[in-house]
Amino acid sequence: MSIWPPQLEIAVLVLGAVLLLIEMFFVSLDKRAIAYAAIASLATILVATWYLAPALPAQATGLWSFYTADPLAIFFKRFALVTTIIVLVMMLDYTRRSTSSFALGEFFALPIFTCAGLMYMASAIDFVSIFVSLELVTISFYVLVGFDRKDPASLEAGVKYLVLSALSTGFLVYGITWIFGVTGLTNLNQITAAFEKIDIDKNAATFGALLVLVALGFKIAAVPFQIWVPDVYQGAPTPVTALLSVGSKAAGFVVLIRVLRPFLMLPHMDRLLLIITILTLLYGNLAALPEGNLKRLLAYSSIAHAGYLLIGIVCLDGAAITFYLVAYLLMTLLSFAVLIIVAQQTGESISDFDGLATRSPFLAFAMLMAMISLAGVPFTAGFFGKFFIFASAIAQHQFALAFIGVVTVGCGFYYYLKVVRAMYWNSSDKIDNIHVSMLSRVTMTALIIAIVWLGIYPQPIFRALEPTRISVALRSTTTR
Amino acid sequence: MLLLIVLLPILAATAILAGAPTRKTALGASVAMLLLTLFAFVEYEPWRRGFQYVISFPILPEWHLSFSLGLDGLSLTMVLLAAIVTVAAVWFTGKIDKYERAFYACLLFISGGAIGAFASLDLFFFYAFHELALIPTFLLIGIWGSGDRVAAAWKITIYLALGSFVLLLGLILLYQNLPVALRTFYIPDLKRSIGQIPPDAQRNIFLLLLIGFGTLISLFPFHSWAPEAYASAPAPAAMLHAGVLKKFGLYGLLRLAVPLLPEGARYWSGLLIVLLLGNIIYIGLVTIAQKKLDWMLGYSSVMHMGYIFLGIASANLLGTIGAATLMFAHGLSIALLFAVAGEIRKRTGTLDFQKLGGLAKTMPFAGLAFGFAAFAAIGLPGFANFAAEIMVFFSAFRNGWEMSRFHTFQIATVLALWGVVISAVYMLRAYRNVFMGQPNEHQNAIVDLRTSLRLPVAMLVATLLVFGFFPQYLVDVVAPTFRNYFTTAQTP
Repeated sequence: MSIWPPQLEIAVLVLGAVLLLIEMFFVSLDKRAIAYAAIASLATILVATWYLAPALPAQATGLWSFYTADPLAIFFKRFALVTTIIVLVMMLDYTRRSTSSFALGEFFALPIFTCAGLMYMASAIDFVSIFVSLELVTISFYVLVGFDRKDPASLEAGVKYLVLSALSTGFLVYGITWIFGVTGLTNLNQITAAFEKIDIDKNAATFGALLVLVALGFKIAAVPFQIWVPDVYQGAPTPVTALLSVGSKAAGFVVLIRVLRPFLMLPHMDRLLLIITILTLLYGNLAALPEGNLKRLLAYSSIAHAGYLLIGIVCLDGAAITFYLVAYLLMTLLSFAVLIIVAQQTGESISDFDGLATRSPFLAFAMLMAMISLAGVPFTAGFFGKFFIFASAIAQHQFALAFIGVVTVGCGFYYYLKVVRAMYWNSSDKIDNIHVSMLSRVTMTALIIAIVWLGIYPQPIFRALEPTRISVALRSTTTR
Repeated sequence: MLLLIVLLPILAATAILAGAPTRKTALGASVAMLLLTLFAFVEYEPWRRGFQYVISFPILPEWHLSFSLGLDGLSLTMVLLAAIVTVAAVWFTGKIDKYERAFYACLLFISGGAIGAFASLDLFFFYAFHELALIPTFLLIGIWGSGDRVAAAWKITIYLALGSFVLLLGLILLYQNLPVALRTFYIPDLKRSIGQIPPDAQRNIFLLLLIGFGTLISLFPFHSWAPEAYASAPAPAAMLHAGVLKKFGLYGLLRLAVPLLPEGARYWSGLLIVLLLGNIIYIGLVTIAQKKLDWMLGYSSVMHMGYIFLGIASANLLGTIGAATLMFAHGLSIALLFAVAGEIRKRTGTLDFQKLGGLAKTMPFAGLAFGFAAFAAIGLPGFANFAAEIMVFFSAFRNGWEMSRFHTFQIATVLALWGVVISAVYMLRAYRNVFMGQPNEHQNAIVDLRTSLRLPVAMLVATLLVFGFFPQYLVDVVAPTFRNYFTTAQTP
């Protein structure tokens, strides 16, 4: 039996709708059952991605002019599914204490819609479908970020996210209209072909592309569109922050990879990306240095990692970006998972992690792995990510980027190891053990193993991307 | 077998973390590792070209990146050093109050990282194994350190992290500058590119490697992390770090920079000489001024790096052999010094020269051990250090020798020879302050090293003496590696 690729998104959407309906009609049902059902169903869909129909239509017509099922798309569909599953596990932990103010059914169901949006976005090759899927993701985030209605911080975060996100959507649509105005097209492949011609208005097209980049910069938290990140990350319920920092960023980068081909044919684009990259690297890493709240620290770190990923964008290395995103997924989700459990006991600031090594050696070790992987210590996935990024920077003779990257990595060591210091050096008054549920324990162990495994043997990720050879394709189109 | 040597400490560390008995596992694993290494040393056939005991698993075929291990004379010597010092360090680890499991695991991780780096035949893993030691060092100094441990731990970690990322850039740049068809991370295949790297690129790469490796070795302007960290670190950590891990950078220079980047080395040799004289003279004088034994030892280990650099900078057969031998000898002597210092601190609670004195009465064996190690560090004949230093000095002096006048190398050698005097001054002063004179009132109840602790001391001293009287055993093993370099370099 083989599955038609769009059936995956349909299945996820149906799953979300069915779970909402069940929640509505079976009032007495334990809401946690919804989460377990969602995890099981998403896992099934994840397995199904390995049984996709291989044959694709030769010419891009009808649906296939909006939708592609190339290996990159399939890969990021799996990426979205894994992220959502882990986030649902975190949500189970998160809601263990604070059940009162939560409408749990929706809290568990909404990430599924986000997931559908992310999966659709991975396949989008037309500005229309990019816009639609981006909105599906963003609108479910509007609700999720402000979900904790009793908490002013969450509400504030919700409003900030709503306003700024709406603004960025405006930029996106406006940019798309400019590009449409110049070329009369929305399909990315056709736009690429159109940009190759000389008789188009390059200035107008560049303006449109600039606006689209602003919107994407907002999604991936690139400087100067990063102002919202620390506040929203801090205010949002922590599992939502995790989803935001992994899912939203990955989606932004997939779209960026896709639009890069046409955009780089326009003048000044490469220089602009270079400047954004340098600013993002410096801002993210420097701002994280004095931060004492772990959630905000992770927000700045997410900006910093956007910087490293942007190095990959500047150097047009799709494989390196993809690998980095996978590493980022593993280590970020792991750190958020630990944070959620610890935050329920003590709090979210770094000093609340004091003495964690005695209270729960397992959680401390998990956090240690997440932090050293984020910092980029070898034998973790994070290091291979940085290795590939720096390798492509040097291959493209972007020495300035490589140099700034190295300096900022040094900053990274400081602020990530601050957490390690708190856990292992400092002692605290609290000595009670922290309970970790079986499901979270299994999930975290899986994440740790994946981090180490990919830190030694990164080949599986490249295998999964192989048929396209994205980086090669990108490079061949842009050797000017 | 080599895989077992590399993995034993890491597996033992994992087992200890998982709940195996701490000291027994650690000691058993490190002794087993030493025996295996000795076996490899005996079985090694120096007359055969190339690497022995090679194993290889491909990781990224299209990058020619693989997990490969293998030994030649140079790496075998280094692995032997690492194994000996590991046994001594684990042996000297007494009872730990806090997180005992983690302490032993960290020690074994450092040792496993160092051995893995020396035995790796792949640039990537060569680098990665070294970094494996970074976080354990951070934890060791941070949790169990003394003095200003917080500052020391941050300093060493940030310095080494930055240095190693600079090094990473250098390695990637090296890889990118290999001829396209020969691009590989596999070290034995690198020599096919000898002479094919453009001179410009060689200069840049050499500078990056010099800064990167130099930071790890505590080359003069990048040294300030070292004394502080060694002073704060618990004695076993200082033994492993100063004795073994710091040799990684020198090993890297010998392995990569000397054969692959001769033009870069020539171009930067003036700078290197200035820096290494900074190590020998400037740091030497700083060492004399120290008022605490641990700081003095930390600075002395920085200073001695200068001699090894001199051997590397002279870039000829004798000099590199001398450098390799000196790395081995220095690793053993500094480990012994730190071990004795650690025991003294345990008993008296201080390492301040002002507060110590007359310990030779209460701790005669410790005094003897310290004396041996100090003489070795000064470079007295009969110790391996002497044999090595004499090779370094001769080779450096002969470098560019003309009858009519002195060149940079000759001047540098003469100045470096003063370093021997300097080290005699501070080592003997330290000995006098700690072991001679009147004992302090409250230091009468101090007991000497237990019998069981005398065994590792005897092992270290015996090794120093054996290779001091019979350096040819070491030279015969090391020499083919370098002979290989210099003959291939001349006939490309």
